[in-house]
Amino acid sequence: MPAPLLQMWGISKRFGATQALKDVSLTVESGRVLSLIGENGAGKSTLMKVLSGAHQPDAGEMTLEGHRYAPDGPNAARLAGVSMIYQELNLAPDLTVEDNIMLGQEVRRLGLLDRTTQRRKVREVLDRLGHPDLRPDTPLQSLSIGLQQLVEIARALVNDAKVIVFDEPTSSLTQHDVERLFQVIRRLKDSGIGVVYISHFLEEVREVCDCYSVLRDGHSVGEGDLDKSKDQEIVGLMVGRSVEELFPVVPHQPGDVLLKLDGLNGRRIPRDVSFELRRGEILGIAGLVGAGRTELLRCLFALDPVSSGKVQVEKVHPAPMPSARIRAGLGFVSEDRKDEGLAQTRSIADNTTYSSLSRYSRFGWLNLRRRTKSVSDWMEKLNIKAIGPEQNVDELSGGNQQKVALARVLHQQADVLLLDEPTRGIDVGTKAEIYRLMGELAAEGKAIIFVSSYLTELLAVCDRVGVMSRGQLREIRPVADWTEEEVLTVAIGSED
Amino acid sequence: MSGAQPKPTEDTPRLAKHAYVTRLLGTALGPFLALGIVVLFFAVADSMQDDGGAFMTVRNFRTISAQTATVAVAALGMTVIIIAGGIDLSAGTALALCATVLAWSLKEDVAVLVVAGNNVQGVESEIEELQEKLDRVTREIDRKEATDSDTTEAMEERDTLEKGIAAQQEELKRVTKIAASTSRYSPTLALALGIGAGCLCGFVNGFLISYLRVVPFIVTLGTMRLYLGVSKQIASETTVRPDRETQVPEWLGDFLSIRGKALWAGLPIGVWLTLVLALLLAAVLRYTVFGRYVFALGSNETTARLCGINVRWNKIAVYTLAGFFVGIAGLYQFSRLSVGNPTSGIGLELNIIAAVVIGGGSLSGGRGSVLGTLTGAAIMAVITSGCTQLGLKNPVQDIILGIIIVAAVTLDQLRQRRFAD
Repeated sequence: MPAPLLQMWGISKRFGATQALKDVSLTVESGRVLSLIGENGAGKSTLMKVLSGAHQPDAGEMTLEGHRYAPDGPNAARLAGVSMIYQELNLAPDLTVEDNIMLGQEVRRLGLLDRTTQRRKVREVLDRLGHPDLRPDTPLQSLSIGLQQLVEIARALVNDAKVIVFDEPTSSLTQHDVERLFQVIRRLKDSGIGVVYISHFLEEVREVCDCYSVLRDGHSVGEGDLDKSKDQEIVGLMVGRSVEELFPVVPHQPGDVLLKLDGLNGRRIPRDVSFELRRGEILGIAGLVGAGRTELLRCLFALDPVSSGKVQVEKVHPAPMPSARIRAGLGFVSEDRKDEGLAQTRSIADNTTYSSLSRYSRFGWLNLRRRTKSVSDWMEKLNIKAIGPEQNVDELSGGNQQKVALARVLHQQADVLLLDEPTRGIDVGTKAEIYRLMGELAAEGKAIIFVSSYLTELLAVCDRVGVMSRGQLREIRPVADWTEEEVLTVAIGSED
Repeated sequence: MSGAQPKPTEDTPRLAKHAYVTRLLGTALGPFLALGIVVLFFAVADSMQDDGGAFMTVRNFRTISAQTATVAVAALGMTVIIIAGGIDLSAGTALALCATVLAWSLKEDVAVLVVAGNNVQGVESEIEELQEKLDRVTREIDRKEATDSDTTEAMEERDTLEKGIAAQQEELKRVTKIAASTSRYSPTLALALGIGAGCLCGFVNGFLISYLRVVPFIVTLGTMRLYLGVSKQIASETTVRPDRETQVPEWLGDFLSIRGKALWAGLPIGVWLTLVLALLLAAVLRYTVFGRYVFALGSNETTARLCGINVRWNKIAVYTLAGFFVGIAGLYQFSRLSVGNPTSGIGLELNIIAAVVIGGGSLSGGRGSVLGTLTGAAIMAVITSGCTQLGLKNPVQDIILGIIIVAAVTLDQLRQRRFAD
């Protein structure tokens, strides 16, 4: 058997207090698609950043085609033949397809661009990818996201890539584009390129991958051929614990209607959303990326403009301003902790109390001692690990940051909690804590809207689940009446 | 929730404590240390000169404090803006506008102008003008009578002019009477107008920034020019010179004077005022809701919005408050120059911003301190003064200040990169 195309041995990487990777090994064979599986925060992206030279490992070695491979940066990795296709594409929207494909590797003759040779090369790779019809002089921004991704793949090929890494490539694609991507990946595989494919979705993985390797908390915990492994086996490896442990159940009963939406429309999305939410109820919202789930929450909280429709909390119709929504009892936790949810360079105390500082003030002057005490109480209740209320949020782990964001809505005494991907990017232990907290809050009579891309958690934690597609809320059913497949069918089905 | 403890955070506290201490050193103590080093350097260098020894004297430090007060007090306002994630390029010309408004108001005896609709000076010059015309007409009549020409028209004109003068004499009496009782309010009113002009400039900046949603850099680049134009208009394109003996009250002239009898507890009143304002501002930033919001805006504006903070009004408040400090700085500048010169503020904004940056303020917002800013202003003043004492020429001073500014910004970048990971 020939030597594997790419091998990583005993890779370890530490960031400050966090051991992101510990003794991880990975083997990529030529002409095979390897799926790298793991929860958010398991270390997949860190491992791929080590592979692409963006991070230097603390320990471990890598070989590419039998030679030692130690890139000192993404460019070195690219030249060596390792290319990355990220979720967020790295393209220049104002340039043409050809210019994007050749960016940084332009063919020059006497210092001038040799367009003829360049055009031939571009046609060649587009041919190889099965898309000879894509015109090289099209401006990139006129293409769909799917075709833009193809340009990025073509760029990797021009560079003579031996290994191509796809990091959750389908998350912003339509079903049609996904099919096309899979065909392209199969072509790459047939031409002897080694592919690493990162995804949460097992169905997708099964469709396009040959083998898998599972990461959990920065460790390699298992690998194998997909043909020979059952889903439960792989999920078990990913989660590392039983379902009961992961999704603790706190019994809660629905009470009176608390929130009423009637024909809520945003500027573009959401469109015509109506539902009722009771106290003590957890409503899950599922849907693909771009279906309007986040926009629904933002509209509800008046962060995005509301063009029409009614929002009623108990008997109040709050004005369309975040401050009025907060007063009415809504609380919003953003999906983007870093750029929106938290003021990263401010303290836990500030971040917890920004939305209700007036509680500690008389004539505008703050009683800091009272505030510190109250924030300490919340930190204890939510089990936030930090040296104290004055520690800056950016020094905390993702899970603890998320708890600070939750502490804010609890501190402002919100009755309706709008949680947008509250478990994204945090470790499994903290996830379980957050699920339990949601159950406890529901038992206290609060109502929760829980938006998530991770179907398993939606179906395990919620009382009812609604599915959104194209800005509309298609269907709400009690959780017992849904299966993962049915949710996906509704989410995708109404596309054409 | 036992058994669910996230492993990676186990030893966070120890490490984070270390980071906390370094951060404290970085923002407040860093500039302070730098000031100490700069002072020490010049003290040693100066004492090694043959005719040295003038640097480390109380008198010299008094001079330094008086020289830096104008920039320092404006930099207090700039600190608030920079913490809130903004910038104000118009601070320099707005400062000169305030000084010009103050000078103009003193010169025009503004209290009388407001109450009587005119002032003594104005009426007097009016009378003078009429008198001149009258003299001319009288000469013309004499000439025409000598040549036997028709004098009716000229006679009529003389009558009108005489009546006009008589009316103006009445007006003078009226205005003088009013002036006797109200003229003494002019300095106070002038002061209020000068500082009010600063607040207005700040308000306009804040309003444009929040309602047009244009970045502060561009908006204030525009208003910088605008305020220059307005002050030139007020000053009729010259320098406004109120009379030092009669129109400028003594205390105003002595505000930053280091003459023995102008001092109060060893320092000029203006320097004390700066320190008191700094203390107040530090308290506002730390102990008020508004202060917390300022940091929230600069740290992350979208978070502020999400928390229901009224971003627009708080921004306007930030710029208006900074305008207040610019107004005070205008008063200081007038006190030192005793004239209102519209162009005297050009380029001053860069010194003001530099003071904040050297003092640890971050141009990306969210960080900065009052103590740091005062220290930053002091560092610049000490370097200027020290270089002069050492006989180093102006270009050398500029080069050293330039290096220090770049070093301060680099330090800030390093700090940010460290916390980005």
